[in-house]
Amino acid sequence: MYLNIAYMVACVLFIIGIKKLSKPKSARQGNMLSAVGMLIAVVAVFFDNDVVKSWDTSNWLQNGYLWIAIAIAIGSVIGVIWAKKVKMTKMPELVAILNGIGALASAFVGFSEFLKDNTGGNAVTAVSIGLAILIGAAAFTGSILAWGKLAEKIPGKAIVFRGQNALNALLILVAVASIVLFAIPSLDVQIKVIAVYVLCAISLIFGVTLVLPIGGGDMPVVISLINSLTGVAVAMVGFILSNTVLVVTGCLVGASGIILTLIMCKAMNRSIGNLLFSGFGSDKKTAGKGGSAGAEPKSISVEDAYVMLESASSVVFIPGYGMAVAQAQHAVKELSAKLEENGAEVSFAVHPVAGRMPGHMNVLLAEADIPYEQLKTMEEINPTMPTQDVAIVIGANDVVNPSAETDKSSPIYGMPIIKAHEARTVFVLKRGKGKGFSGIENELFSRQNALMIYGDAKATISSLAGEFKAE
Amino acid sequence: MDFMLLIFIFVIAAFLGVELISKVPSQLHTPLMSGTNAISGVTVVGALAMCATQFTGSLGMVLSFIAVVLATINVVAGYIVTDRMLGMFKNKGAK
Repeated sequence: MYLNIAYMVACVLFIIGIKKLSKPKSARQGNMLSAVGMLIAVVAVFFDNDVVKSWDTSNWLQNGYLWIAIAIAIGSVIGVIWAKKVKMTKMPELVAILNGIGALASAFVGFSEFLKDNTGGNAVTAVSIGLAILIGAAAFTGSILAWGKLAEKIPGKAIVFRGQNALNALLILVAVASIVLFAIPSLDVQIKVIAVYVLCAISLIFGVTLVLPIGGGDMPVVISLINSLTGVAVAMVGFILSNTVLVVTGCLVGASGIILTLIMCKAMNRSIGNLLFSGFGSDKKTAGKGGSAGAEPKSISVEDAYVMLESASSVVFIPGYGMAVAQAQHAVKELSAKLEENGAEVSFAVHPVAGRMPGHMNVLLAEADIPYEQLKTMEEINPTMPTQDVAIVIGANDVVNPSAETDKSSPIYGMPIIKAHEARTVFVLKRGKGKGFSGIENELFSRQNALMIYGDAKATISSLAGEFKAE
Repeated sequence: MDFMLLIFIFVIAAFLGVELISKVPSQLHTPLMSGTNAISGVTVVGALAMCATQFTGSLGMVLSFIAVVLATINVVAGYIVTDRMLGMFKNKGAK
C-alpha cells in the first residue's frame, strides 16, 4: 500500500520533471524533481515486505540491506566520479556508456528472475523475461559499440558486409523462437534453459550487427534509438515484477527516445529503415557532381578575414562536430564578444544533427557562456541568411552542403540544410582539404562567396579574436 | 487481469511520453537525453528488490548485485551530469 503510494509520487515527479525540461529556465529544477522521484522510489524498496523480512535472518550475510547498501555505495562513487570528470565535448560517449550499463542492468534483472526456477513462471512473465533479456542485452552491446565509435576506439565508418540484413532477420527469428519456447508452459525445463542461453547469445550479437553498419555522423540517431530501447527494457522488467513505476517510466523513456530518433531522421531526410539497413556512408563513392565542378576553393588568410569581419554588421556562426573536436567553443565565445563590441549582431545557427548527439552543439556553446537567445534553429536562421554579412562555418560540412538542395544525384539530396551559401560571404574553417566524414564533395566550398581558412579551428578563431584586440 | 492493467498503464504512458517530449526544444535535447537516461536507471528499483531477496551467493543474487551497481552508476552519473549541463544554460540577463 505505502509502496504503491511512493511509486505513484515518484511517477508524478518524473512526469513533472520531464515537463519542466521543456524550458531552459525550469529545466534544472525539473531534473532535481526527477532525482527526488528516483530517491523516493529507491527508498520505497527498503520497505518492501520481502526485503524487510531479510532483516530477521540470523545469518547477517543473508541480510538484504547489507548487500544493497554496498551495491548502492559502489555505484554512487563511480557515478559521481564519472559525472564530475567528463568533458562537455565527450558527452555523447558518456551518454552512450551510461545507457549501455543501464540496459545491462535490466537484462541482468530479467536473467535473475529466470534463474529463480528456470521456468519464468507463467507465459506472460516468461515473455517479459525474454524481451527484457533481448532488448537489454542488444541495447548493451549496441551502446558499447556506439561508444567505441564515438571515442574512436574502433573505426567510426559504417561497416557493411553482404547478407547483413539476412543475418539480422535470422537473429531476430531465432530470438523470437527462443522466447516462444521459453514461454510454452508444458515444455521440458531443460529445453527452456537452453532457449534462454541461446537468447542471451543472440541478443548480444544482435546489438553489434544493429550498430555496426551505422556511420559516425549518424550517431545522433543511434544514441536516441538505443536510449529508447533501454527504456523499453525497463518497462519489460516492470512487467516481470508487476511494478508500475518501472512500466510507466520505462515507457516514458522509450517514447522520448523514439521521438528524438524520428526528429533526427527527419533532419537527415531519411527513414529509420533506410538508416538501419542501408549502411549510410558506405556506397557513395559516386559523390555529387556539384554546381561549379572543378573550381578550386579559394582560401584566405586570417588577416584578410579579419578585415571583412571588422566591417560586418551581422555574423552567424555555424558549428559542427569539428568545433567539438578542436575544443573551439571558448575561442568562439571570445570572438563573438569582440564582434559584438564592434557593433555586429552575432547569432549561432545549430542544425538538428550537428555533432554526435541531439543538441550536442547547444551544450558546448552553453558551456562557453553563450546565452541561449543567440542560438537559432535551422528554421529560424534560414530566412535571415541572405541578410547576413558573414557566415562562419566551423567544422560543419554536410549540414551546409547546397548539393542537398540542388543535386539530385547527391546522397544527401533532400536533407534540410542551413543555407550558409546564401550569406554574403562564407568563411569555412577546416583542418585540411579533405572531405567531411561522409566523404561527400561539398559544393559550398567552391562557391563564389565561399572562402576557406585552413588550419586548426581553435587557433584560427583565437587569432581572429587577437586581431580585434590588437586594434 | 493484473497484467492487462499494466498493459493499460503502458499504453497511457506512451501517449503521455509523446505529448511531453514533443514540446522540448532542440536546444535542450542533450540534457533531455541524459535526463531520461538517468530516469531509465529506475530499473535499480527492480534490481534492489531482486538483490535483497535472494539467497546470498547464488548466481541470481550476484547478477542482481551487479545490476544494482550498474543502475546506480546510471542514475547518479546521469542526474549529476544533466545538472552540470543545465547549470551552463544561461540567458542574457544572467551574465
